[in-house]
Amino acid sequence: MSATISRLPFKPQPSVIPGFGITLGLTLFWLTLIVLIPLVSLFLKSASLGWPSFWEIITAPRVLLALRLSFSTSFIAAAVNGIFGLLVAWVLVRYEFPGRRLVDALIDIPFALPTAIAGIALTTLWAQSGWLGALVAPLGIEVAFKPLGIVIALIFVGLPFVVRTVQPVLQDFNKEVEEAAESLGARPWQIFFNVILPSIMPAALAGFALAFARALGEYGSVIFIAGNLPMVSEIAPLLIVIKLEEFSYPEATAIAAAMLVISFILLLIINALQRWAERRERRR
Amino acid sequence: MAGLAFTARPRKPGANGKPGQRVTQAVLIGIAVLFLGIFIVLPLAIVFSMALSQGWAAYVDALVEPDAISAIKLTLLTAAITVPANMIFGLLAAWAITKFEFRGKSFLITLIDLPFSVSPVISGLVFVLLFGLQGWFGPWLQEHDLKVVFAVPGIVLATMFVTFPFVARELIPIMQEQGTEEEEAAFTLGASGWQTFWRVTLPNVKWALLYGVLLCNARAMGEFGAVSVVSGHIRGHTNTMPLHVEILYNEYNFVAAFAVASLLALLAIVTLILKSVLEWKLARDRKQPIVHTA
Repeated sequence: MSATISRLPFKPQPSVIPGFGITLGLTLFWLTLIVLIPLVSLFLKSASLGWPSFWEIITAPRVLLALRLSFSTSFIAAAVNGIFGLLVAWVLVRYEFPGRRLVDALIDIPFALPTAIAGIALTTLWAQSGWLGALVAPLGIEVAFKPLGIVIALIFVGLPFVVRTVQPVLQDFNKEVEEAAESLGARPWQIFFNVILPSIMPAALAGFALAFARALGEYGSVIFIAGNLPMVSEIAPLLIVIKLEEFSYPEATAIAAAMLVISFILLLIINALQRWAERRERRR
Repeated sequence: MAGLAFTARPRKPGANGKPGQRVTQAVLIGIAVLFLGIFIVLPLAIVFSMALSQGWAAYVDALVEPDAISAIKLTLLTAAITVPANMIFGLLAAWAITKFEFRGKSFLITLIDLPFSVSPVISGLVFVLLFGLQGWFGPWLQEHDLKVVFAVPGIVLATMFVTFPFVARELIPIMQEQGTEEEEAAFTLGASGWQTFWRVTLPNVKWALLYGVLLCNARAMGEFGAVSVVSGHIRGHTNTMPLHVEILYNEYNFVAAFAVASLLALLAIVTLILKSVLEWKLARDRKQPIVHTA
Protein backbone atom coordinates (compact mmCIF):
# COMPACT_ATOMS: atom_id res chain seq x y z
CA MET A 1 0.00 0.00 0.00
CA SER A 2 2.95 2.28 0.51
CA ALA A 3 3.76 1.97 -3.18
CA THR A 4 0.37 3.27 -4.28
CA ILE A 5 0.76 6.37 -2.19
CA SER A 6 4.15 7.23 -3.66
CA ARG A 7 2.80 6.77 -7.18
CA LEU A 8 0.11 9.42 -6.88
CA PRO A 9 0.38 11.75 -9.86
CA PHE A 10 1.68 14.42 -7.54
CA LYS A 11 4.73 16.26 -8.79
CA PRO A 12 6.68 18.38 -6.34
CA GLN A 13 7.76 21.78 -7.55
CA PRO A 14 11.53 21.38 -7.58
CA SER A 15 12.09 25.13 -7.62
CA VAL A 16 11.00 25.69 -4.01
CA ILE A 17 13.18 23.15 -2.21
CA PRO A 18 16.93 23.75 -2.30
CA GLY A 19 19.80 21.31 -2.22
CA PHE A 20 19.15 19.15 -5.27
CA GLY A 21 22.57 19.63 -6.81
CA ILE A 22 24.58 19.17 -3.66
CA THR A 23 22.67 16.18 -2.24
CA LEU A 24 22.52 14.31 -5.54
CA GLY A 25 26.13 15.16 -6.27
CA LEU A 26 27.38 13.91 -2.90
CA THR A 27 25.18 10.81 -3.16
CA LEU A 28 26.62 9.91 -6.55
CA PHE A 29 30.16 10.68 -5.41
CA TRP A 30 29.92 8.49 -2.31
CA LEU A 31 28.12 5.72 -4.18
CA THR A 32 30.80 5.71 -6.87
CA LEU A 33 33.60 5.66 -4.33
CA ILE A 34 32.32 2.94 -2.00
CA VAL A 35 30.25 0.70 -4.26
CA LEU A 36 30.70 1.29 -7.98
CA ILE A 37 34.48 1.57 -8.32
CA PRO A 38 35.10 -1.60 -6.28
CA LEU A 39 32.51 -3.59 -8.23
CA VAL A 40 33.64 -2.29 -11.61
CA SER A 41 37.24 -3.08 -10.72
CA LEU A 42 36.23 -6.70 -10.13
CA PHE A 43 34.75 -6.93 -13.62
CA LEU A 44 37.70 -5.16 -15.23
CA LYS A 45 40.10 -7.48 -13.45
CA SER A 46 38.25 -10.58 -14.62
CA ALA A 47 37.92 -9.15 -18.14
CA SER A 48 41.69 -8.70 -18.24
CA LEU A 49 42.01 -12.46 -17.87
CA GLY A 50 40.57 -12.95 -21.34
CA TRP A 51 37.62 -15.17 -22.13
CA PRO A 52 39.50 -18.49 -22.62
CA SER A 53 41.26 -18.42 -19.26
CA PHE A 54 38.13 -17.08 -17.54
CA TRP A 55 36.17 -20.00 -18.95
CA GLU A 56 38.91 -22.45 -18.05
CA ILE A 57 38.88 -21.28 -14.44
CA ILE A 58 35.15 -21.42 -13.88
CA THR A 59 34.73 -24.79 -15.62
CA ALA A 60 37.44 -26.48 -13.57
CA PRO A 61 35.92 -29.52 -11.79
CA ARG A 62 36.50 -28.16 -8.30
CA VAL A 63 34.82 -24.83 -9.19
CA LEU A 64 31.89 -26.50 -10.94
CA LEU A 65 31.33 -28.83 -8.00
CA ALA A 66 31.44 -25.88 -5.59
CA LEU A 67 28.94 -23.96 -7.72
CA ARG A 68 26.71 -27.01 -7.99
CA LEU A 69 26.82 -27.53 -4.23
CA SER A 70 26.05 -23.85 -3.61
CA PHE A 71 23.11 -23.88 -6.01
CA SER A 72 21.61 -27.18 -4.87
CA THR A 73 21.88 -26.50 -1.12
CA SER A 74 20.59 -22.93 -1.59
CA PHE A 75 17.67 -24.19 -3.65
CA ILE A 76 16.69 -26.86 -1.12
CA ALA A 77 17.01 -24.41 1.79
CA ALA A 78 14.94 -21.76 -0.03
CA ALA A 79 12.30 -24.36 -0.87
CA VAL A 80 12.07 -25.49 2.76
CA ASN A 81 11.81 -21.83 3.74
CA GLY A 82 9.14 -21.36 1.09
CA ILE A 83 6.92 -24.04 2.58
CA PHE A 84 7.56 -23.36 6.27
CA GLY A 85 7.66 -19.62 5.68
CA LEU A 86 4.15 -19.75 4.23
CA LEU A 87 3.02 -21.85 7.17
CA VAL A 88 4.57 -19.52 9.74
CA ALA A 89 3.16 -16.42 8.01
CA TRP A 90 -0.27 -18.07 7.93
CA VAL A 91 -0.17 -18.97 11.60
CA LEU A 92 1.01 -15.48 12.59
CA VAL A 93 -1.62 -13.66 10.54
CA ARG A 94 -4.61 -15.90 10.96
CA TYR A 95 -4.41 -17.35 14.45
CA GLU A 96 -4.42 -15.79 17.87
CA PHE A 97 -2.36 -17.64 20.46
CA PRO A 98 -0.34 -16.78 23.55
CA GLY A 99 3.16 -15.56 22.67
CA ARG A 100 2.25 -14.68 19.08
CA ARG A 101 4.01 -11.31 19.24
CA LEU A 102 7.15 -12.91 20.66
CA VAL A 103 7.15 -15.51 17.89
CA ASP A 104 6.69 -12.71 15.38
CA ALA A 105 9.70 -10.83 16.77
CA LEU A 106 11.85 -13.99 16.76
CA ILE A 107 11.49 -14.29 12.98
CA ASP A 108 14.03 -11.47 12.54
CA ILE A 109 16.76 -13.12 14.62
CA PRO A 110 18.58 -14.43 11.52
CA PHE A 111 18.74 -10.84 10.21
CA ALA A 112 20.23 -9.55 13.45
CA LEU A 113 22.46 -12.39 14.65
CA PRO A 114 25.96 -12.22 13.14
CA THR A 115 26.45 -15.10 10.72
CA ALA A 116 29.57 -16.45 12.42
CA ILE A 117 27.66 -16.75 15.69
CA ALA A 118 24.87 -18.61 13.92
CA GLY A 119 27.53 -20.83 12.38
CA ILE A 120 29.16 -21.95 15.62
CA ALA A 121 25.79 -22.28 17.38
CA LEU A 122 24.30 -24.49 14.65
CA THR A 123 27.46 -26.59 14.46
CA THR A 124 27.44 -27.22 18.22
CA LEU A 125 23.73 -27.99 18.10
CA TRP A 126 23.93 -30.45 15.21
CA ALA A 127 27.27 -32.10 15.97
CA GLN A 128 26.97 -35.81 16.78
CA SER A 129 27.01 -35.11 20.49
CA GLY A 130 24.99 -31.89 20.25
CA TRP A 131 21.43 -31.34 21.51
CA LEU A 132 19.87 -32.04 18.11
CA GLY A 133 22.66 -34.03 16.52
CA ALA A 134 22.38 -36.69 19.24
CA LEU A 135 18.62 -36.92 18.57
CA VAL A 136 19.00 -37.73 14.89
CA ALA A 137 22.22 -39.77 15.15
CA PRO A 138 20.37 -43.02 16.09
CA LEU A 139 18.40 -42.64 12.85
CA GLY A 140 21.69 -42.73 10.97
CA ILE A 141 21.45 -39.05 10.05
CA GLU A 142 24.59 -36.96 10.23
CA VAL A 143 24.14 -33.23 9.87
CA ALA A 144 27.25 -31.34 10.92
CA PHE A 145 30.24 -31.52 8.55
CA LYS A 146 28.01 -32.89 5.77
CA PRO A 147 26.15 -31.14 2.92
CA LEU A 148 22.99 -31.51 5.03
CA GLY A 149 24.61 -29.17 7.56
CA ILE A 150 24.99 -26.55 4.83
CA VAL A 151 21.26 -26.80 4.13
CA ILE A 152 20.48 -26.33 7.83
CA ALA A 153 22.62 -23.18 8.01
CA LEU A 154 21.04 -21.80 4.84
CA ILE A 155 17.54 -22.46 6.17
CA PHE A 156 18.50 -20.37 9.18
CA VAL A 157 19.77 -17.37 7.20
CA GLY A 158 16.89 -17.41 4.71
CA LEU A 159 14.09 -17.97 7.18
CA PRO A 160 12.80 -14.39 7.54
CA PHE A 161 12.51 -13.64 3.82
CA VAL A 162 9.44 -15.68 2.89
CA VAL A 163 7.63 -14.92 6.17
CA ARG A 164 8.22 -11.18 5.80
CA THR A 165 7.17 -10.99 2.14
CA VAL A 166 4.03 -13.13 2.56
CA GLN A 167 2.82 -11.67 5.86
CA PRO A 168 1.63 -8.24 4.59
CA VAL A 169 -0.08 -9.75 1.55
CA LEU A 170 -1.89 -12.28 3.71
CA GLN A 171 -2.93 -9.50 6.07
CA ASP A 172 -4.42 -7.43 3.25
CA PHE A 173 -6.15 -10.44 1.76
CA ASN A 174 -9.80 -9.73 1.20
CA LYS A 175 -11.74 -12.02 3.50
CA GLU A 176 -14.95 -11.51 1.52
CA VAL A 177 -13.55 -13.59 -1.35
CA GLU A 178 -12.90 -16.35 1.13
CA GLU A 179 -16.34 -16.07 2.65
CA ALA A 180 -17.90 -16.15 -0.83
CA ALA A 181 -16.06 -19.38 -1.59
CA GLU A 182 -17.17 -20.80 1.73
CA SER A 183 -20.82 -19.94 1.12
CA LEU A 184 -20.55 -21.61 -2.30
CA GLY A 185 -19.63 -24.80 -0.46
CA ALA A 186 -15.86 -24.89 -0.86
CA ARG A 187 -13.95 -26.92 1.72
CA PRO A 188 -11.25 -25.18 3.78
CA TRP A 189 -8.43 -26.84 1.83
CA GLN A 190 -10.11 -25.93 -1.46
CA ILE A 191 -10.34 -22.32 -0.31
CA PHE A 192 -6.69 -22.35 0.61
CA PHE A 193 -5.36 -23.91 -2.59
CA ASN A 194 -7.76 -22.31 -5.08
CA VAL A 195 -8.46 -18.92 -3.58
CA ILE A 196 -5.76 -17.87 -1.12
CA LEU A 197 -2.63 -19.55 -2.47
CA PRO A 198 -2.83 -18.04 -5.99
CA SER A 199 -2.99 -14.53 -4.57
CA ILE A 200 -0.05 -14.92 -2.17
CA MET A 201 2.03 -16.87 -4.69
CA PRO A 202 3.90 -13.87 -6.20
CA ALA A 203 4.93 -12.72 -2.72
CA ALA A 204 5.96 -16.25 -1.75
CA LEU A 205 8.03 -16.58 -4.93
CA ALA A 206 9.70 -13.23 -4.31
CA GLY A 207 10.53 -14.40 -0.78
CA PHE A 208 11.86 -17.67 -2.14
CA ALA A 209 14.08 -15.84 -4.63
CA LEU A 210 15.39 -13.49 -1.91
CA ALA A 211 16.18 -16.44 0.36
CA PHE A 212 17.85 -18.24 -2.55
CA ALA A 213 19.97 -15.22 -3.48
CA ARG A 214 21.01 -14.68 0.12
CA ALA A 215 21.89 -18.38 0.51
CA LEU A 216 24.09 -18.40 -2.61
CA GLY A 217 26.40 -15.75 -1.21
CA GLU A 218 26.30 -16.86 2.41
CA TYR A 219 29.64 -17.60 4.03
CA GLY A 220 29.85 -17.09 7.80
CA SER A 221 27.14 -19.44 8.97
CA VAL A 222 28.08 -22.19 6.52
CA ILE A 223 31.84 -22.61 6.87
CA PHE A 224 31.69 -23.88 10.45
CA ILE A 225 29.09 -26.56 9.83
CA ALA A 226 30.06 -27.58 6.28
CA GLY A 227 33.19 -29.66 6.84
CA ASN A 228 34.73 -27.88 3.84
CA LEU A 229 36.06 -30.94 1.99
CA PRO A 230 37.18 -29.96 -1.52
CA MET A 231 34.80 -31.34 -4.18
CA VAL A 232 32.38 -32.56 -1.48
CA SER A 233 31.30 -29.88 0.97
CA GLU A 234 33.02 -26.75 -0.30
CA ILE A 235 30.68 -23.90 -1.23
CA ALA A 236 31.56 -21.33 -3.91
CA PRO A 237 32.15 -18.36 -1.55
CA LEU A 238 34.55 -20.51 0.48
CA LEU A 239 36.40 -21.46 -2.69
CA ILE A 240 36.90 -17.72 -3.39
CA VAL A 241 38.44 -17.28 0.06
CA ILE A 242 40.67 -20.34 -0.40
CA LYS A 243 41.92 -19.10 -3.79
CA LEU A 244 42.59 -15.71 -2.23
CA GLU A 245 44.57 -17.25 0.61
CA GLU A 246 46.62 -19.15 -1.97
CA PHE A 247 47.20 -15.79 -3.71
CA SER A 248 45.49 -17.15 -6.86
CA TYR A 249 43.92 -13.76 -7.49
CA PRO A 250 42.82 -14.47 -11.10
CA GLU A 251 40.89 -17.55 -10.01
CA ALA A 252 39.27 -15.82 -7.05
CA THR A 253 38.32 -12.92 -9.30
CA ALA A 254 36.84 -15.12 -12.03
CA ILE A 255 34.71 -17.16 -9.63
CA ALA A 256 33.55 -13.96 -7.92
CA ALA A 257 32.63 -12.33 -11.23
CA ALA A 258 30.65 -15.40 -12.29
CA MET A 259 28.76 -15.43 -8.98
CA LEU A 260 28.13 -11.71 -9.17
CA VAL A 261 26.59 -12.02 -12.64
CA ILE A 262 24.36 -14.81 -11.32
CA SER A 263 23.20 -12.73 -8.36
CA PHE A 264 22.46 -9.71 -10.58
CA ILE A 265 20.30 -11.90 -12.80
CA LEU A 266 18.53 -13.13 -9.66
CA LEU A 267 18.06 -9.52 -8.57
CA LEU A 268 16.32 -8.73 -11.88
CA ILE A 269 14.05 -11.75 -11.41
CA ILE A 270 13.24 -10.67 -7.85
CA ASN A 271 12.37 -7.15 -9.01
CA ALA A 272 10.13 -8.51 -11.75
CA LEU A 273 8.39 -10.80 -9.25
CA GLN A 274 7.83 -7.95 -6.84
CA ARG A 275 6.40 -5.72 -9.57
CA TRP A 276 4.12 -8.57 -10.58
CA ALA A 277 2.99 -9.00 -6.97
CA GLU A 278 2.33 -5.26 -6.66
CA ARG A 279 0.35 -5.15 -9.90
CA ARG A 280 -1.84 -8.02 -8.74
CA GLU A 281 -2.28 -6.29 -5.43
CA ARG A 282 -3.52 -3.11 -7.10
CA ARG A 283 -5.82 -4.85 -9.54
CA ARG A 284 -7.86 -6.26 -6.71
CA MET B 1 7.83 -4.88 7.12
CA ALA B 2 7.55 -1.79 9.20
CA GLY B 3 3.96 -1.11 8.26
CA LEU B 4 2.73 -4.36 9.76
CA ALA B 5 1.57 -2.90 13.00
CA PHE B 6 -1.14 -0.70 11.61
CA THR B 7 -2.22 -2.73 8.61
CA ALA B 8 -3.16 -5.56 10.97
CA ARG B 9 -6.85 -6.08 11.16
CA PRO B 10 -8.57 -7.12 14.32
CA ARG B 11 -8.71 -10.89 14.31
CA LYS B 12 -11.76 -12.90 15.01
CA PRO B 13 -10.70 -15.67 17.34
CA GLY B 14 -14.25 -16.91 17.56
CA ALA B 15 -14.42 -17.44 13.80
CA ASN B 16 -12.75 -20.84 13.93
CA GLY B 17 -15.65 -22.49 15.60
CA LYS B 18 -15.72 -25.96 14.10
CA PRO B 19 -13.81 -28.61 16.05
CA GLY B 20 -12.10 -29.89 12.88
CA GLN B 21 -10.75 -26.44 12.16
CA ARG B 22 -9.59 -26.03 15.71
CA VAL B 23 -7.53 -29.20 15.41
CA THR B 24 -5.99 -27.98 12.13
CA GLN B 25 -5.22 -24.69 13.80
CA ALA B 26 -3.52 -26.34 16.77
CA VAL B 27 -1.49 -28.62 14.48
CA LEU B 28 -0.34 -25.71 12.29
CA ILE B 29 0.61 -23.58 15.29
CA GLY B 30 2.45 -26.57 16.70
CA ILE B 31 4.46 -27.11 13.50
CA ALA B 32 5.32 -23.41 13.22
CA VAL B 33 6.46 -23.17 16.84
CA LEU B 34 8.48 -26.39 16.55
CA PHE B 35 10.15 -25.18 13.34
CA LEU B 36 11.08 -21.82 14.88
CA GLY B 37 12.14 -23.52 18.10
CA ILE B 38 14.60 -25.74 16.26
CA PHE B 39 15.94 -23.11 13.90
CA ILE B 40 15.89 -19.96 16.02
CA VAL B 41 15.41 -20.53 19.74
CA LEU B 42 17.82 -23.44 20.18
CA PRO B 43 20.72 -21.76 18.34
CA LEU B 44 20.27 -18.69 20.55
CA ALA B 45 19.96 -20.79 23.68
CA ILE B 46 23.07 -22.82 22.99
CA VAL B 47 25.20 -19.66 22.65
CA PHE B 48 24.44 -18.68 26.25
CA SER B 49 24.48 -22.24 27.54
CA MET B 50 27.96 -22.85 26.12
CA ALA B 51 29.24 -19.43 27.21
CA LEU B 52 28.28 -20.12 30.82
CA SER B 53 29.08 -23.84 30.84
CA GLN B 54 32.22 -23.31 32.97
CA GLY B 55 30.65 -20.75 35.23
CA TRP B 56 30.74 -16.99 35.43
CA ALA B 57 34.44 -16.73 36.25
CA ALA B 58 35.47 -18.43 33.01
CA TYR B 59 32.93 -16.31 31.14
CA VAL B 60 34.30 -13.05 32.47
CA ASP B 61 37.90 -14.21 31.97
CA ALA B 62 37.21 -14.79 28.28
CA LEU B 63 35.86 -11.27 27.92
CA VAL B 64 38.61 -9.36 29.73
CA GLU B 65 41.46 -11.19 28.03
CA PRO B 66 43.60 -8.62 26.06
CA ASP B 67 42.88 -10.05 22.59
CA ALA B 68 39.15 -10.05 23.32
CA ILE B 69 39.33 -6.46 24.54
CA SER B 70 41.20 -5.35 21.44
CA ALA B 71 38.65 -7.17 19.24
CA ILE B 72 35.81 -5.42 21.06
CA LYS B 73 37.57 -2.07 20.63
CA LEU B 74 38.12 -2.62 16.92
CA THR B 75 34.49 -3.61 16.43
CA LEU B 76 33.32 -0.48 18.25
CA LEU B 77 35.74 1.68 16.24
CA THR B 78 34.53 0.21 12.95
CA ALA B 79 30.90 0.82 13.87
CA ALA B 80 31.74 4.33 15.11
CA ILE B 81 33.09 5.22 11.67
CA THR B 82 30.71 3.36 9.36
CA VAL B 83 27.41 4.07 11.08
CA PRO B 84 27.66 7.91 11.08
CA ALA B 85 29.02 7.83 7.51
CA ASN B 86 26.07 5.75 6.35
CA MET B 87 23.71 7.96 8.31
CA ILE B 88 24.89 11.09 6.52
CA PHE B 89 24.86 9.32 3.18
CA GLY B 90 21.37 7.94 3.83
CA LEU B 91 20.02 11.41 4.61
CA LEU B 92 21.65 12.96 1.54
CA ALA B 93 20.46 10.20 -0.77
CA ALA B 94 16.94 10.19 0.64
CA TRP B 95 16.70 13.99 0.31
CA ALA B 96 17.81 13.93 -3.34
CA ILE B 97 15.59 10.97 -4.21
CA THR B 98 12.40 11.93 -2.41
CA LYS B 99 12.27 15.72 -2.67
CA PHE B 100 12.98 15.98 -6.40
CA GLU B 101 11.92 14.39 -9.65
CA PHE B 102 14.67 13.32 -11.99
CA ARG B 103 15.35 10.69 -14.60
CA GLY B 104 17.04 7.46 -13.60
CA LYS B 105 15.78 7.66 -10.04
CA SER B 106 14.74 4.02 -9.75
CA PHE B 107 18.06 3.01 -11.31
CA LEU B 108 19.84 5.02 -8.63
CA ILE B 109 17.83 3.23 -5.92
CA THR B 110 18.82 -0.13 -7.45
CA LEU B 111 22.48 0.91 -7.36
CA ILE B 112 22.20 1.92 -3.71
CA ASP B 113 20.65 -1.49 -2.92
CA LEU B 114 23.35 -3.34 -4.84
CA PRO B 115 25.54 -4.31 -1.84
CA PHE B 116 22.61 -6.35 -0.48
CA SER B 117 22.90 -8.78 -3.36
CA VAL B 118 26.67 -9.13 -3.28
CA SER B 119 28.14 -12.05 -1.34
CA PRO B 120 30.04 -10.81 1.75
CA VAL B 121 33.12 -12.61 0.51
CA ILE B 122 33.00 -10.69 -2.77
CA SER B 123 32.46 -7.44 -0.85
CA GLY B 124 35.80 -8.06 0.81
CA LEU B 125 37.51 -9.34 -2.33
CA VAL B 126 36.86 -6.14 -4.30
CA PHE B 127 38.91 -4.15 -1.78
CA VAL B 128 41.76 -6.66 -1.91
CA LEU B 129 41.73 -6.24 -5.70
CA LEU B 130 41.90 -2.46 -5.34
CA PHE B 131 44.29 -2.03 -2.44
CA GLY B 132 46.08 -5.37 -2.04
CA LEU B 133 49.73 -5.79 -2.98
CA GLN B 134 48.75 -7.08 -6.43
CA GLY B 135 45.90 -4.58 -6.62
CA TRP B 136 45.62 -1.39 -8.65
CA PHE B 137 46.65 0.97 -5.89
CA GLY B 138 48.83 -1.63 -4.14
CA PRO B 139 52.24 -0.51 -5.43
CA TRP B 140 51.45 3.17 -4.80
CA LEU B 141 50.27 2.43 -1.26
CA GLN B 142 53.39 0.42 -0.53
CA GLU B 143 55.61 3.21 -1.82
CA HIS B 144 53.98 5.59 0.61
CA ASP B 145 54.04 3.05 3.41
CA LEU B 146 50.25 2.96 3.72
CA LYS B 147 48.30 -0.16 4.55
CA VAL B 148 44.66 -0.64 3.66
CA VAL B 149 44.21 -4.38 3.22
CA PHE B 150 45.10 -6.49 6.26
CA ALA B 151 44.72 -3.32 8.30
CA VAL B 152 41.98 -1.26 9.90
CA PRO B 153 41.13 0.93 6.84
CA GLY B 154 40.29 -2.19 4.81
CA ILE B 155 38.00 -3.46 7.57
CA VAL B 156 36.23 -0.10 7.68
CA LEU B 157 35.87 0.05 3.87
CA ALA B 158 34.48 -3.49 3.61
CA THR B 159 32.03 -2.81 6.45
CA MET B 160 31.01 0.45 4.80
CA PHE B 161 30.30 -1.45 1.59
CA VAL B 162 28.08 -4.14 3.15
CA THR B 163 26.13 -1.68 5.31
CA PHE B 164 25.85 0.94 2.57
CA PRO B 165 22.09 0.65 1.81
CA PHE B 166 20.75 0.29 5.36
CA VAL B 167 19.88 3.88 6.34
CA ALA B 168 18.91 5.13 2.86
CA ARG B 169 16.62 2.18 2.38
CA GLU B 170 14.63 2.91 5.57
CA LEU B 171 14.41 6.66 4.88
CA ILE B 172 13.39 6.64 1.22
CA PRO B 173 9.93 4.99 1.55
CA ILE B 174 8.82 7.09 4.52
CA MET B 175 10.08 10.35 3.02
CA GLN B 176 8.33 9.48 -0.22
CA GLU B 177 5.07 8.94 1.64
CA GLN B 178 5.40 12.20 3.52
CA GLY B 179 5.81 14.17 0.31
CA THR B 180 7.18 17.69 0.15
CA GLU B 181 4.25 19.79 1.34
CA GLU B 182 5.62 20.50 4.80
CA GLU B 183 9.03 21.53 3.48
CA GLU B 184 7.41 23.74 0.86
CA ALA B 185 5.32 25.41 3.52
CA ALA B 186 8.46 26.05 5.60
CA PHE B 187 10.24 27.66 2.66
CA THR B 188 7.23 29.77 1.81
CA LEU B 189 7.32 31.05 5.36
CA GLY B 190 10.95 32.04 4.88
CA ALA B 191 12.88 29.21 6.54
CA SER B 192 16.35 28.41 5.26
CA GLY B 193 17.37 25.01 3.93
CA TRP B 194 19.08 24.00 7.18
CA GLN B 195 16.23 25.25 9.34
CA THR B 196 13.75 23.25 7.27
CA PHE B 197 15.88 20.15 7.47
CA TRP B 198 16.40 20.37 11.24
CA ARG B 199 12.92 21.48 12.23
CA VAL B 200 10.67 19.86 9.65
CA THR B 201 12.26 16.92 7.85
CA LEU B 202 14.37 15.44 10.64
CA PRO B 203 11.60 15.34 13.27
CA ASN B 204 9.35 13.68 10.69
CA VAL B 205 11.79 10.90 9.89
CA LYS B 206 13.58 10.48 13.22
CA TRP B 207 12.20 7.02 13.99
CA ALA B 208 12.90 5.71 10.51
CA LEU B 209 16.42 7.14 10.75
CA LEU B 210 16.98 5.49 14.11
CA TYR B 211 15.60 2.23 12.74
CA GLY B 212 18.05 2.31 9.84
CA VAL B 213 20.93 3.22 12.14
CA LEU B 214 20.05 0.34 14.44
CA LEU B 215 20.05 -2.26 11.66
CA CYS B 216 23.19 -0.72 10.16
CA ASN B 217 24.95 -0.92 13.51
CA ALA B 218 23.99 -4.56 14.07
CA ARG B 219 25.35 -5.51 10.68
CA ALA B 220 28.49 -3.37 11.07
CA MET B 221 29.38 -5.03 14.37
CA GLY B 222 28.49 -8.53 13.21
CA GLU B 223 29.87 -8.59 9.68
CA PHE B 224 32.05 -11.62 9.16
CA GLY B 225 32.63 -12.65 5.54
CA ALA B 226 33.73 -9.33 4.07
CA VAL B 227 35.85 -8.40 7.06
CA SER B 228 37.41 -11.86 7.18
CA VAL B 229 38.71 -11.45 3.63
CA VAL B 230 40.36 -8.04 4.21
CA SER B 231 41.50 -8.44 7.81
CA GLY B 232 44.46 -10.77 7.58
CA HIS B 233 43.50 -12.13 11.02
CA ILE B 234 46.28 -10.49 12.96
CA ARG B 235 45.49 -11.25 16.56
CA GLY B 236 45.15 -8.23 18.77
CA HIS B 237 45.41 -5.89 15.75
CA THR B 238 42.97 -6.62 12.93
CA ASN B 239 40.54 -8.98 14.63
CA THR B 240 36.99 -7.83 15.08
CA MET B 241 34.68 -9.65 17.49
CA PRO B 242 33.26 -12.11 14.94
CA LEU B 243 36.79 -12.91 13.71
CA HIS B 244 37.98 -13.38 17.27
CA VAL B 245 35.11 -15.82 17.82
CA GLU B 246 36.21 -17.77 14.76
CA ILE B 247 39.82 -18.04 15.95
CA LEU B 248 38.84 -19.14 19.46
CA TYR B 249 36.40 -21.68 18.05
CA ASN B 250 38.98 -23.13 15.67
CA GLU B 251 41.36 -23.47 18.61
CA TYR B 252 38.68 -25.55 20.38
CA ASN B 253 38.45 -22.85 23.03
CA PHE B 254 34.67 -23.16 22.98
CA VAL B 255 33.83 -21.42 26.24
CA ALA B 256 35.75 -18.30 25.25
CA ALA B 257 34.39 -18.40 21.70
CA PHE B 258 30.82 -18.56 22.93
CA ALA B 259 31.47 -15.97 25.62
CA VAL B 260 32.46 -13.38 23.00
CA ALA B 261 29.65 -14.70 20.76
CA SER B 262 27.15 -14.13 23.56
CA LEU B 263 27.92 -10.41 23.51
CA LEU B 264 27.02 -10.30 19.83
CA ALA B 265 23.92 -12.42 20.45
CA LEU B 266 22.88 -9.95 23.15
CA LEU B 267 23.41 -7.13 20.68
CA ALA B 268 21.11 -8.93 18.24
CA ILE B 269 18.42 -9.38 20.90
CA VAL B 270 18.61 -5.74 22.04
CA THR B 271 18.49 -4.65 18.39
CA LEU B 272 15.31 -6.61 17.84
CA ILE B 273 13.64 -5.29 21.00
CA LEU B 274 14.43 -1.70 19.99
CA LYS B 275 13.30 -2.50 16.46
CA SER B 276 9.90 -3.63 17.71
CA VAL B 277 9.53 -0.40 19.69
CA LEU B 278 10.57 1.67 16.68
CA GLU B 279 8.21 -0.17 14.35
CA TRP B 280 5.38 0.86 16.59
CA LYS B 281 6.52 4.51 16.56
CA LEU B 282 7.13 4.36 12.82
CA ALA B 283 3.62 3.09 12.17
CA ARG B 284 2.35 6.08 14.13
CA ASP B 285 4.55 8.48 12.11
CA ARG B 286 3.37 7.01 8.85
CA LYS B 287 -0.23 7.38 9.82
CA GLN B 288 -0.01 11.10 10.51
CA PRO B 289 1.14 12.49 7.14
CA ILE B 290 -1.24 10.18 5.30
CA VAL B 291 -4.10 11.63 7.27
CA HIS B 292 -3.44 15.19 6.20
CA THR B 293 -2.38 14.62 2.62
CA ALA B 294 -5.38 12.43 1.88
